Amino acid sequence: MDIASYLWLIPALPLAAAGAGALTPRRGRRFASGLALAAMAGSFLLSVLALRRALAAPGAHLTHNFAWFDLGLGAVRLGWLLDPLTAFMCVMVTFVGALIFIFSLGYMREDENAARFFCFLSLFASAMLGILVANSLLLLFVCWEVVGLASYLLIGFWFQKPAAAAAAKKAFITTRIGDLGLLLGMVWLDRAAGTLLFYDGGRGCLEASAQLSLAAQTIPGGLALSTGIGLLIFCGAVGKSGQFPLHVWLPDAMEGPTPVSALIHAATMVAAGVFLIARVYPLMAADLGRAGVPFHALTVVAGIGAITALLGALIAVAQNDIKRILAFSTVSQLGYMMLALGVGSWVAAIFHLLMHAFFKALLFLGAGSVIHAAHHEQDIRRLGGLSGRMRLTFATFAIGMMALSGVPFLFSGFWSKEGILHAASLWPVSSLPLLAGLAAVVLTAFYMTRLLAEAFLGGPRTAAAEHAKENSAVITVPLVLLAAGSVGLGFIGTPAWPWLQSQLLGRTVPALSPFEGGGLMALSIVLVALGLGAGWALYARCPRGEAADLDPLERALPGVFAFLAARMKFDELYAATVFRANRGLAVLADGLDRRVWDGLIRALARLGELLGLVDRQIDEAGINAGFSASSERLRGAGRSYARAQTGEVHGYLRTLALAFVVLLLFVLFAFGPAGATRAGLGRPSVPAALGPGGAP
Amino acid sequence: MNGFPWLSLLIFAPWAGALLLALAPRLGAGASRVLALAFSASTLALGLGALRGFDRSRPGFQLVERHAWIAALNIHYHLGLDGMSLLLVLLTAIVSPLALLASWRDPRAPRFYGILFLLLQGSVLGVFLSLDFFPWFLFWELSLVPVYFLIRLWGGAGATRAAYQFVIYTIGGSAFLLLGFAAIFVATGTLDFEELARLAVDGTLASRLALLGGVWPKVVFAGIFLGLAVKVPLYPFHTWQPAAYAEAPVGVSMYLTAVLAKMGLYGFFRLLWPFFPGPLHAAAGFLLWLALAGAVLGAYAALRQTDLKRMLAYSSLNHVSYCLLALFAVARGSAAFDQVSAAAALSGALLQIFNHGLSAAALFFCVGVLESRADGRRGLDDFGGVRTAAPVFAGLCGIALFSSLGLPGLNGFVGEFLIFRGVFGIVPWAAAVGCLGLLATALFLLTFWQRVFHGPRAGAAAGPFADLGPRELATLIPLVALMFAFGLLPQLLAGLVNPLVSRWTGGLALP
Repeated sequence: MDIASYLWLIPALPLAAAGAGALTPRRGRRFASGLALAAMAGSFLLSVLALRRALAAPGAHLTHNFAWFDLGLGAVRLGWLLDPLTAFMCVMVTFVGALIFIFSLGYMREDENAARFFCFLSLFASAMLGILVANSLLLLFVCWEVVGLASYLLIGFWFQKPAAAAAAKKAFITTRIGDLGLLLGMVWLDRAAGTLLFYDGGRGCLEASAQLSLAAQTIPGGLALSTGIGLLIFCGAVGKSGQFPLHVWLPDAMEGPTPVSALIHAATMVAAGVFLIARVYPLMAADLGRAGVPFHALTVVAGIGAITALLGALIAVAQNDIKRILAFSTVSQLGYMMLALGVGSWVAAIFHLLMHAFFKALLFLGAGSVIHAAHHEQDIRRLGGLSGRMRLTFATFAIGMMALSGVPFLFSGFWSKEGILHAASLWPVSSLPLLAGLAAVVLTAFYMTRLLAEAFLGGPRTAAAEHAKENSAVITVPLVLLAAGSVGLGFIGTPAWPWLQSQLLGRTVPALSPFEGGGLMALSIVLVALGLGAGWALYARCPRGEAADLDPLERALPGVFAFLAARMKFDELYAATVFRANRGLAVLADGLDRRVWDGLIRALARLGELLGLVDRQIDEAGINAGFSASSERLRGAGRSYARAQTGEVHGYLRTLALAFVVLLLFVLFAFGPAGATRAGLGRPSVPAALGPGGAP
Repeated sequence: MNGFPWLSLLIFAPWAGALLLALAPRLGAGASRVLALAFSASTLALGLGALRGFDRSRPGFQLVERHAWIAALNIHYHLGLDGMSLLLVLLTAIVSPLALLASWRDPRAPRFYGILFLLLQGSVLGVFLSLDFFPWFLFWELSLVPVYFLIRLWGGAGATRAAYQFVIYTIGGSAFLLLGFAAIFVATGTLDFEELARLAVDGTLASRLALLGGVWPKVVFAGIFLGLAVKVPLYPFHTWQPAAYAEAPVGVSMYLTAVLAKMGLYGFFRLLWPFFPGPLHAAAGFLLWLALAGAVLGAYAALRQTDLKRMLAYSSLNHVSYCLLALFAVARGSAAFDQVSAAAALSGALLQIFNHGLSAAALFFCVGVLESRADGRRGLDDFGGVRTAAPVFAGLCGIALFSSLGLPGLNGFVGEFLIFRGVFGIVPWAAAVGCLGLLATALFLLTFWQRVFHGPRAGAAAGPFADLGPRELATLIPLVALMFAFGLLPQLLAGLVNPLVSRWTGGLALP
């Protein structure tokens, strides 16, 4: 059996677990969680098999396509795809996902809806795996939206909390704004390329012939057609991956249980946007060969990535909620990945994505471990002194922090970030992304040191921190495994031995000599040291005494700190612009209905009543009806149903009769015998023939 | 041609039920309900029978019955079934019994309710199956009477006015419709749909109508257009709709939106487009704007509603507007447009007609459930935390909500995707503007969900609030199951209509 033909099993296993979990009653939590974990483990094994298969032929795209439903003379086709990109991602998602599932066993132990929680987690993982194995943008979009649904359900898992319910809605709506761009990009691509299959034996939309034609056509604005489509697809990635300007949902998503945050920020959801751009990279890069266009699609990607990397790091400096700091660090790191994609190195982006998944999951689960131990205290000012009480959590968290900060040589984050900076330094268009990336290096090291020092060093500042105890093995074992990954895995993609890069690209990437890019590496090591040193000097050397003390930065630069703490006021900005416009449109739509159209109809009804009145005057012998009279009677209370019914039926028939009369008059007037002859009918005197039928 | 009269049986079985109920004045409430349900479900049995006998590879009419009726006027009793009719018959078959179940507990005159409902059901089926204007129009008008009484007698506080408005509006529309067809009859001497479509294709119809001179050809087109537009409704002829949907009893609201609104859409596809390809092409540029207004402004108006039924009524306006958007875009297409886009738009519209029926019926039913537990209150702010109180109800209602907002994997997505694919291929800007409607739809549906189901228990859900009972489960679960089925396997529906769509896009009925 060829695993490529059974690739659908990888998302199908968790999907089946989700389905079974949905039907499990509340008391069946052990069953539901066990099933979810088993399914995830099964998917992991299949992913490893798939990886083995993919690495046997790294350059190939193994596909399996089928018709979903008929459309016109053809059919809408879907399919799945196995290549090293899919395989590496699947292994990462299932491995990190399984560890998060295990962690959740402990973390959600007391929650009465734990069965539902594992159902949603499985759905989330399944949809993400679906994105990875899809060989069709349509199938990818289907899974993409299901990821949105699952995140909605999980962020709002504690739906009794209004804040959680609101955060879930915000996440769904914000990402949907991006998704509408993706939808338009998708239908445009289908229109232009004739298929949404990525690879289809030379006819797929990502293959050479389609790409050449897309890049050659020009759309209004002087852009290449592929640029327009690519940018619309990029909108979807901006939404899902929390890129500026749609990053606002990501920090609010912290309202969900912490394992959910870990899953969203590490393995699923936000990774989907980066993966999408890496998947459609041939399309994004198709316009690079064209000169004379105003800009290329990837230039926009690089710009958005650079802005996001810097912006996320800046905001993270001034946050106090342990999960929010990590959330903004995710925003920033995703910016790095987009930056890498934009400057032309999708393998660097995927390398960082894979490494980031491990250390970000580690950091979130570490934060979860702290929160769990400290009775849901999330404010780092109100923690402190945990290093002695939670040794294992502290040690693993410190490893994650160093990996994220890019501490040299030993930690995976160093190598993957180095790859991105190296790619940015080679970008011919502009050096701004490189500068933004370097600035974010300092900031990242700084805010992570701040986080570590505030939460773990010094003395406990509240009773919650004082009573914190190390958690059980079900929580700490995933931490240890993830910490091991955060240290060791970086070596699969170092400049000296770029194995991962070679596998992803399907060709051997030459190793760099120490002199190529050595200067840049030295510079970034200095910058990391600078960030760590500054953080150490401000927060670790003299730890905070009281929870209410001002932050050293706040003391020095109160205005800037407040602005950053308020997340640069993006929410306020959107409330004043987008939301207001939205509400205005709603008021307009409603007002048009209530005032304008309804008023017009009322006027017409008056006219009708008038006609009815005239009619009654003419036809005294008739039943007491007519528009106005019948309407009066309809409104009048106290009449028996039976009486009213008779009257109304007559009124109704009467109207019909009236219509027939009008019609007859019209026909006589408009055509007459002459008209009928003119119409060239074989039959004479049509109006006369109509007579009997027209007067019932 | 005239084999076993499956289609007549389909139409008249509910009427036979109505007659039976009418002839048994002493029948008890329970027996009346069961009898009505049994006859209503006959459509499902016969519809599935018709489905078995239906050759899916043929685009034309099947199971045709044609008998001379009024020979002097060249009027025939002519019935036939193609993919589009079949789709609507199946929709009626699914929704009718469930709508009856939805109002099962209503203590007021169940026998009379059953009579009216079965009359309505038969009339609607007649509309979907008739191929001659004369019987078609009879069924069209006959459907009005029961709806009027159902709203008027079983509706809420404002039912009198709503029912009145509904009748005036639709009769007004019908008068124009009748007028238009009288003119067509005068011009061509036939009212047979197939014949008229043929005459339209070879240009005879247009040239005969042109002989009327002056503005009359345009008046004829406008008249028929108006009659159908009011029924759908097309923006801005929709103002009867929120009131009628809101005031009707829950089963009738389900029926109004799931089936009756589809009569108008059916008319657009069966009458207006085939008979008037030229005028529709000329008007489509303007009509696109009306459809877009319905899709976008309808969704935005829904955002402002606090009455959940009015919100859903606007949501229906939004959804049916997408169907018309697709049709108008295809009608707008020039000779050079691509057939794949047209096929996508038309398939999407037909699938949307069906799928909106399922999800809208389910949502109206859910509001009915809320109403039944809150003494008739159904405001956005009258509830809170229902998900805590009634998790099963919340789950099923949530699935219906996400089906309505077009979540992939559920039935609503495929139709909307195809509509956007098709419209984008022909009139790109219209698809881009239409996206705003998708966004607003997500906004108001999630607002609905959040306010009613999330947060702490409040309002009517603060006290005892029962989860779904067996009858309610029996109503909702089939709908939800079908949402999954048609969402994952759209071929079940697409396979029925695709030959027809292929023929349409093959140029037969296009300008």
